[in-house]
Formats: sequence, C-alpha cells, structure tokens
Amino acid sequence: MAAIVHDPSRPTQTHHEVTRDVVNTLGTAGRGYFLLLGAAVLLFLVGAVTFVMLLKDGLGLAGYIPPGYWSVYITTFVFWIGIGHAGTLISAILFLFRSTWRTAVYRATEAMTVFAVMTAGLFPIIHIGRQWFFYWLLPYPNQRWLWPNFKSPLIWDVFAISTYLTVSTTFLCVGLVPDVAAARDLMKGWRSKVYGIFSLGWKGTDQQWRHHSRAYLYLAALATPLVLSVHSVVSWDFAMSIVPGWHGTIFAPYFVAGAIYSGVGMVLTLIIPLRKALKLEHMITEFHFDNLAKLTLLTGSILFYAYAMEYFIGWYSANTFEQTTFWRRAFGPMWWGGWTMITCNAFVSQLFWFKKVRTNLTALFVISIFINIGMWFERYVIIVSSLANDYLPYAWDNMRPTWADWGILAGSFGWFSMWFLLFARTFPVVAIQELKEQIPMPRLRKGGH
Amino acid sequence: MARTIPGVLAAFEHIDAACDAIQALRAQGRKEFTVYSAAPNHELEHALGIETSPVRLFTLIGGITGVCAGVGMTFWMSLDWPLLVGGKPIATVPPYVVFMFELMVLLGSLSTVAGIIILSALKPTTGMAYDPKFSDDRIGIFVPCRGEEAGKLIRMFRDAGSVEVRHAA
Repeated sequence: MAAIVHDPSRPTQTHHEVTRDVVNTLGTAGRGYFLLLGAAVLLFLVGAVTFVMLLKDGLGLAGYIPPGYWSVYITTFVFWIGIGHAGTLISAILFLFRSTWRTAVYRATEAMTVFAVMTAGLFPIIHIGRQWFFYWLLPYPNQRWLWPNFKSPLIWDVFAISTYLTVSTTFLCVGLVPDVAAARDLMKGWRSKVYGIFSLGWKGTDQQWRHHSRAYLYLAALATPLVLSVHSVVSWDFAMSIVPGWHGTIFAPYFVAGAIYSGVGMVLTLIIPLRKALKLEHMITEFHFDNLAKLTLLTGSILFYAYAMEYFIGWYSANTFEQTTFWRRAFGPMWWGGWTMITCNAFVSQLFWFKKVRTNLTALFVISIFINIGMWFERYVIIVSSLANDYLPYAWDNMRPTWADWGILAGSFGWFSMWFLLFARTFPVVAIQELKEQIPMPRLRKGGH
Repeated sequence: MARTIPGVLAAFEHIDAACDAIQALRAQGRKEFTVYSAAPNHELEHALGIETSPVRLFTLIGGITGVCAGVGMTFWMSLDWPLLVGGKPIATVPPYVVFMFELMVLLGSLSTVAGIIILSALKPTTGMAYDPKFSDDRIGIFVPCRGEEAGKLIRMFRDAGSVEVRHAA
C-alpha cells in the first residue's frame, strides 16, 4: 500500500482558525493601505479628467493618425478583458476539474475578474467618440425601428462582454454569501449588522447548502464555455476583417491562451503583496505559487507556439501583404514593440521550467510585471502595427500616442486598483467555506467515513 | 420582530456525533428539523438522505429560454428591417449562434440564482433558533417541539455527544 503523504493542496488549519484568520483581514487597515488606495484614486482621477476632456473636445486629443483609428483604447480594452480570464479559469474551470489547490486563491482572482471586466467595459464607450450615444450599441426599440447589425463581430462583443460581466459578478456574489455570513457571526456591533444585510439571511441550513452547492456547480459549468467564448469573440473583432496580421484562423485559441497568461500574471502581481499585507502566508503557500507558475508556463508556451505559427504562416502563405506585415513587426518602425512582446511573453515564461524560479516569490513578482507589460504590448503591436500598414501604401503611418491615451490608460489602472483594494479590506479574499470543505471535521470515534 | 419557534437547539463539534443524532431523529420518523453547518458536508448529506436540488430545472429552463430568445431576437430584428450588408444573407444562422450561446449562459445563470432564492424561500428560516458558532466550527440541529418532547430530545442529543443543548422559545 502506498504511503499516505500530506497533500499540500489541503489546508492545515482548523475550521475556527480559517474563520478567524480570514475575518481578521477585514476592517481596520494600516497607513500603507491608505497610501496605496490614495495613489489608486489619484490615478483614477487622472483618467476621469482626461475623459472629461475627451467629452469636451473629442477624440482628436488622442493620437489617431490615419489609417489607424484603433489604438491605445482598444489595446487597453483587450488587455483588461484578458486579465479577467484567469479568474474565471481558476474559479470555474479548475472547480469542475476538482483541482483543490485553487481554493485558497480563487476568491481574489474572481474579484480581479469582475473589476478587470468592469474596467474593460468602459473602453468601448470611451473609444466610440460620441460617448453619450453608447446605448446605440444595444438592440432597443427606437423611433425608426432600426436594429444593430448582428453579423458584425462588434455587436457579438457587446453581448459577450455584458454577459461575462453579469455572470462573473453573479458567480462571485453567490460564493461570497456564506463567507459574509461567517463574518457577520464573528463580528460585533455595526459591522455585524452591515455584513448581516449582505449575507441575505444566510444561516447555512441543510436546504440552503443543498441548493447553493448545486447552483454553484451549474454556474461553474456555464462560466466555463463562457470564458472561452468571450476572448474568442474579442479575437474575432480582428480576425473577421481582412487586415493583414489580423485575418488568422489561429486567433481564437491564440487570444484565449494569451488572456489566461496575462490574467495569471496579474494574479501573481496582486497576490504576492496581498498575502503579506493580510498575513495570509500560511494559507496561500509556495505550493499555490508553484501551480500558478505552471499554469503560466503552459499558457506562455501556447503563446510561443502561436507567435511562431503567425510568422511561419506569414512566410508560408506567399502573400506579399502578410509577409510585409510580419517583416515590419520584427524589423519595421515598431520593431521595439514586436520584440518586447516576444521577449516578455514567449521567452520569459520559459523560466518557469525551473522549480527554483517557480517558488521564488521575488522572481515570480518580477516576471509577473514582465508578463503584464508584454501582454499589453502584444495587443498594441497586433492592433497598431497591422492598421498602420493597410490597403493604401501612400496612407501608411504609425500612430503616436498622446497624453490623452496615457491619461486614460493610467486611469484604468487606478480604477481597477481602487476597486480591488476596497474589496480586499471589505470582503473575505480567501473562500472560508470552500477551505472548510477540505478540512476533515473532528470525530468522536476513530476511523473515517 | 419575527416570532420565535419553540424547540430544541443542539450544537456538535464532532461530525460522527451529529450524524448519529440526525439518524436517531429520522428513526423516530421526524422530518421537520434543520441542520446548520459552516460548509456542505457529504456525511451530513448522507445522514439526512438529501436528494439532488431541483435548482437544475431553473438552469435548464433559463438556458433554453436564452437560446430561444437569441434565435427570436436576431431573426426577427434582421427581418424587421432587411438591410443588405456586404452581400451577406439578411438572416443567417452561423453569426447568430454567438447570440444564442451568450443569452443561454446569461439567462441560465440568472435563473439559477433565482432558483436558489425561490427554493430557499420555500423553507424560510425566520424564527428558528441559531447560534453564530454554526458558521464557524460547529454543526447545529434545531428541532421544533414543545413541553415533554423537548426534555426527551435534550437527553437524546446529550447521549449522542452534543456539546451544548438548549431550549429555544
């Protein structure tokens, strides 16, 4: 018989220790937290002021130069949507696979998903120019009974993103209810009352668990194909066109892998400081980081393959326009962007073959920053470099981002960080109930069930 | 303030003791009792003989409604104002599958949540005795009863290994 070894995916604490340690992270915060929150709000204000200027003076403030009318805003939109994907992968797909290591990290990643999609959802509105008519994107009965063009991938995107935001928010809230009830029961005074309102009368009865557990399973089953569909639809915004560098059948899996890769990068960037600040080192351990790094290695390697395939097919197609596009991506005016993307994504991720790197938090944090930078550049290169060289060579020109582009980009980071920081101090960032499910309860008699 | 339901509330630290007590209650033919726990536990579910939740019906109906809404919306709106774009058919299935799928997921998820709310509301917990430790590390059993019956139940829970039993009135 095989020896019984300790399973590192299972927590070592008791039920009470889990409740106490997680509930202790709520409420009072130190000066460092408020400094970070202040910086986030400040960045958000930079974005808000830029947006007001865009409303007032129009999109001419951004660095659009014909023929490129998609640039930093669409790049950042795709970047934030991608960030969200790792959260749903970890919370829903790994749940269906019964991957127990996800439990300690999934709540923080699911919250990251909701806030990232919330951030991304602002960008199409910022980008459309006449922002006050954003509701024209929706199929609503209007005076002329005109409807959207359902054959356009841009309308597919409206439905995909709004569904994704609704479903991921629902999924987060359904998981949160029992944990908020645990916080309500451990806290005193007005805090207990506030958590009492958010716990929606949850008492953990057998009937409540019966419906909750099943519903959670079905929500995970619905969220799983959704997450794969959302970035496929985003990729079709590009792939359905005939712009050289965009028109590729590989785009859907390539974008989904990239999205998860960038999302896990952001998870690492957020969780490494978060676990230290909230004193959760005993819950989110080296084992969890090792697994997250392996996920990064897998998706990073898929990206490596996709990059290689893009260049190979560009050459093999014998299509002059494709060949020129990829030649310019590596050696043209935007060579620095092309190589940043390849270095940060394809090459840097390969460092995770080494366990020493996977379990070194400093290395993980530094690499995660490279991933964030690399994935933003990937979208920038795909969008801007392809549009800069489209059908009419006399019109070719590269866009030059202005303060209005950088202001909105900075604002998006502020907006996202502000919500994430507020969430981390207000709601349990580790799933109390799911951790307890993995801890065997004490028994009077010896032996198991 | 909601009226308190009279009964007996027992707390257990040990899972096997709680399961013994549940089985003893069921052996007495009792059906109207409630078990509290901090997390779902398959031993408790086994002792309670819990059947699969009908919440799946909500998911199924919501999902099917979503697909139908996707078909209806895209085809009706395309045909309502037929506009030829890029030589493509006015109404066609492949691009519309995206809407059918997205609306299936959207309505399927929302109806699943509605399912939890509706099904939980069918068994309200208002007025039932509760202890904050049940969301921490204890299992609770609440049996609505009166008078002499309560005394018998208290003895039975103590024998089963309960760490705390009290009257709730």
